[in-house]
Amino acid sequence: MALQTEPFILNVGPQHPSTHGVFRMKVTLDGEVVLDVEPVIGYLHRGIEKMGENRTYTQIIPLTDRLDYLASLTNNLAYVLAVEKLAGIKIPERAEYLRIIMAESMRISSHLMAVGFFLNDLGAMMTPVLYMWREREKLLDLFEMVCGQRLTYNYMRIGGMSHDIPEEFLPALKKFVAEMPKFLDEYDQLIAKNEIVLVRTKGVGILPKETAIDIGASGPVLRASGVKWDTRKADPYSIYDRFDFEIPVGTTGDNYDRYWVRMQEMRQSVRILEQAIAQLPTGVVQADVPQLLRPPVGEAYGHIEAPKGELGFYLVSDNSIAPYRFHIHPPTLINLTALKDMVVGWKIADLIVTFGSIDVVLGEIDR
Amino acid sequence: MTLLESFRLFLLNMNWPDWAAYLVAGLVGIIIVLAFVVVLVIVFIWVERRLLGRFQIRLGPNRLGPEGIFQPLATAAKILMKEDIVPAKADKIIHWLAPVIVFVPVLLIFAVVPIGQGAILSDLNVGIVYVVAVSAVSAVGIYAAGWASNNKYAMIAAFRTVAQMVSYELPVVLAIIGVVLMAGSLSMTQIVESQTIPYIILQPLGFVIFFLGTIAEMNRSPFDLLEADSEIVAGYHIEYSGMKFAMFYLGEYGHALAYACIVTTLFLSGWQGPWLPPILWFIIKVFLVFGTIVWMRATLPRLRVDQLMGFAWKGLLPMAIINLFIIAAEVLWLPQINLWILVAINIAAAGVLILLWSRLFTLGGGRVEV
Amino acid sequence: MTRALNGEQVAKKIIEAYPGADAVADRAGVIVNSESLFQVAEFLKKAPEFDFNYLGDLTAVDYTDYFEVVYRLVSLEHNHSLVLKTRCYDRDNPAVPSVTKIWRAANFMEREVYDLMGIVFMGHPNLKRLFLWEGFEGHPLRRDYL
Repeated sequence: MALQTEPFILNVGPQHPSTHGVFRMKVTLDGEVVLDVEPVIGYLHRGIEKMGENRTYTQIIPLTDRLDYLASLTNNLAYVLAVEKLAGIKIPERAEYLRIIMAESMRISSHLMAVGFFLNDLGAMMTPVLYMWREREKLLDLFEMVCGQRLTYNYMRIGGMSHDIPEEFLPALKKFVAEMPKFLDEYDQLIAKNEIVLVRTKGVGILPKETAIDIGASGPVLRASGVKWDTRKADPYSIYDRFDFEIPVGTTGDNYDRYWVRMQEMRQSVRILEQAIAQLPTGVVQADVPQLLRPPVGEAYGHIEAPKGELGFYLVSDNSIAPYRFHIHPPTLINLTALKDMVVGWKIADLIVTFGSIDVVLGEIDR
Repeated sequence: MTLLESFRLFLLNMNWPDWAAYLVAGLVGIIIVLAFVVVLVIVFIWVERRLLGRFQIRLGPNRLGPEGIFQPLATAAKILMKEDIVPAKADKIIHWLAPVIVFVPVLLIFAVVPIGQGAILSDLNVGIVYVVAVSAVSAVGIYAAGWASNNKYAMIAAFRTVAQMVSYELPVVLAIIGVVLMAGSLSMTQIVESQTIPYIILQPLGFVIFFLGTIAEMNRSPFDLLEADSEIVAGYHIEYSGMKFAMFYLGEYGHALAYACIVTTLFLSGWQGPWLPPILWFIIKVFLVFGTIVWMRATLPRLRVDQLMGFAWKGLLPMAIINLFIIAAEVLWLPQINLWILVAINIAAAGVLILLWSRLFTLGGGRVEV
Repeated sequence: MTRALNGEQVAKKIIEAYPGADAVADRAGVIVNSESLFQVAEFLKKAPEFDFNYLGDLTAVDYTDYFEVVYRLVSLEHNHSLVLKTRCYDRDNPAVPSVTKIWRAANFMEREVYDLMGIVFMGHPNLKRLFLWEGFEGHPLRRDYL
C-alpha cells in the first residue's frame, strides 16, 4: 500500500524574523522539501518614482536615502552622478575624494550587516551579528560626526558634498582603518572554518554562471558565480580609476561563495580607504550649482557599484526644475529572479539561508 | 537509608499513626524538592541571560535589582499578565493539555535525583530506568502542542520533534547502560557512591555521547530546530501565550536543570567532594554543566534536520555501541584491575574513535531531485 | 570604460538585417518599431559583433502622445552598451512583445512596467501586478493619473 502525501503551501509571510523586511514567499512544500517558491512583494511600495516627478532635483536626494536604507550614501552618490551627467557639471577634487571615502565606508558597513545577518539566519543566535555591530558602531559614530545622522545621511549634493568634514573625522577614520583587517582575520578564524557553517552553506543554493548572466544579476551575487564584472573597474565612475584594488570572484556560486566574496570586498574597501585618505587634497567641497537646477533637455543613466549590486538612476529632463521621469534600477529585485532556481529541491532551512545570502533590502525592491 | 526514611521512623517513634507519618514525610520531601527546582530554575534563567549577554559582548539584563537578579521574576510576572489566546480552529482539549504533558515529566524526574548524602525523595532501585521512561513523555507533549495549534509552522516543528527525540533516545540509553555496567546497579544513590573516580574520566566517550544526546533531547542549540527562531518562528509554541507559554518556558529550563542534574549524578560523581557540604558541591557541578550548555548555545549555529538525523544514526549510535562493548569487556574480564589503567585504555579508545569518525563521516548532501 | 555604441552605426546594421524595423538613431541609441522588437533584440543578442547577453535595465516613459519603452543592453565580453527604444502610440491598450525568452532578467522588470504604466507585454509567462494589489484600478505612473 503506497503512502499518500500531498504538498502544502506555507506562507513565509510578511511578518517573519528572517525575511529582512516585509517580504512574502508562497512556498509549496512536500514535507520539508521545497517544490516551488513565489515571491510576493509590494508591502513597502511608497511610489518614490512618482514622487520624484514633483520635486526639484535637490529635493529628491532625501528620497534616495530611503531606498536601500542600509547603504544610503551610495544611493545618494548614484543619483547625483546621474544628475551631473545630465547637466554636465564638474565637481571639485576634494569632493571626489570625499565621495570615495564615504562610499567605501558605506560598503563596509553594509557588508558587515549582510554577513552578520546571514549567520543569524543559520541559527547562531545573534552572536555574529553583535560582533559585526561592534565595528559597525564605530562607522556609525564616524558618520554621525560628519552629517549628524546614523541611518539616512543625505550628505551628498549635486556638485559635491553639502559641507566639509570636521577635523576629528580623519584621525578617527585612520584608527578604524588600521584596526579593521585584524578584526576581519579574527572573524575568518571563527566562522570560515566552522564545520557547521561549512556543512550548511557549501554546495547549497548554487547559481550557475550562465543563469546569473541571463537573469541580469549584479554585485556579489554575480561575482560569486564566477563572472568578473564590477562597475568600478568595467565602467569607472568618479575617480575609481586612480585607485589600486582587486575584485574577488567566487567559483561555484553557492552560499559560501557569496559570503566569501563579501568578506574579501571588505578587505579591498579598506585598501581603497587607505589610499584615499593619503591622497585627500584641500579645497572647496561643492561646485557652483544654481539652487533650482534646470538641466538641458535630454536623458542620462548614472550607475554605480552599490554594496548590493549595480544601482542605476535613469533621468529624463525637459528643462524644468523637476525631472520628467525618475526611474531607479534596483539590483536586489533583479537578483531575486533566480530564487526559485536556487532553492527548489532543498529544505526550508536552506530556503531561508539562501534568501539571506542574496542580501535584499525591501526599501530598494519596492521603492 | 535516606533522610526522609529516618524522618518517617522518627515520627513513628513519636507514636504517630502509620499513614500520618508517611503522609507528612512525603509532603515535606515534595516541598523541599519543589523549592529546590523552582529556585534553581529562576537562577538558571538569570544565569543564561547574563552569560549569553557576556558571550555576545553586551551586558545582559542589569536594571532590575543589583546585577539584574530580579529579571526572571519580572519575566514571570509579565508572562502571567498576558492574555491567553487560543486559535479558533485549534483542538481545545489537546491545546490545553499539551503544556501539562510537557512540564509534569520534568518535575517527576527530580524524585530520584540525589542532592546530598541520602537526600533523595525516593530511592527507587530502578532509578535511572525511571528517568529515561519519564523523560520520553515530553516528546508526546511537544507533538501534541504542534498538532493542536492548527498552524503549519507548528506542524513542521511537530514533525521534526518526533524525528529528533526518537533518534537521540538510543545513543543516550546506550551511554547510560555503560555507566550502569560499571556501577553495578540501576539505583541513583548506588551510582553516585560507586564513583571513586568520576565516570567522566573513566568513560570519556560515554560522557561525550550522553552530553550531546541530552542537548538534543532538550532542544537546545545547536539542535534547536524545534523552535528555530529564524525559520519557523518559535515552532511548537507559536500559538501559546500567557500561563501556557510560561509552562513551556519553565519546562525548557526545567529540562535543562533536570538533565544537568542527571549528568552530574551519572558522570561527575554527584555530591561527592572534599571540604564543602555535599549539597554545595552538587550545585556547583550543576552550574558548571549548565554553563557549558549556554556556551554551546552562544557559539554554534544550527544543524539542518537531515544532518541532525545523520549525526544521531550514523555518528553517535555506532560509537555508543562500540563504547558499550568496550565497557562490557572491561567489566567482564578486568574486574579487579587498578582503575587508572582502565582510565588510560578508555581515553585512548575515545580519542581513536572520535578521530576515526570525524574523518569517515561527513554531514553533507541534502539536495532532493524534484 | 563601457563604450556606448554610436546609434547611427547600429541603426545601419539593423536596417541591413531587418529593413522592416524602421531603425532610427536617437539622442541616446536606436529606436525600432514595436512589431519587430523581438527579432531585433534576438539579432542584437546573437550577432557576434554585438553579443548583448546582459539586460541592464528595462523601463518605460510616458510622453503624453506615446509610450516609450527603453532597454539598456550590455555586453560583458566586449564591454559595450546600447540603448534600444521602442514606441507605442496606442493610449488605451498599449502592447509590446515581451523579451523574457531572450533575457530572463526582463521578467520582473516587465511586470513592474505593466503594473505602473499599463503596457501589456505579449508573451510574458506571468503578467500580473507586482507592487499593487489585484483589483487595483488604474496605472499610477502615467502622466494623467491624478
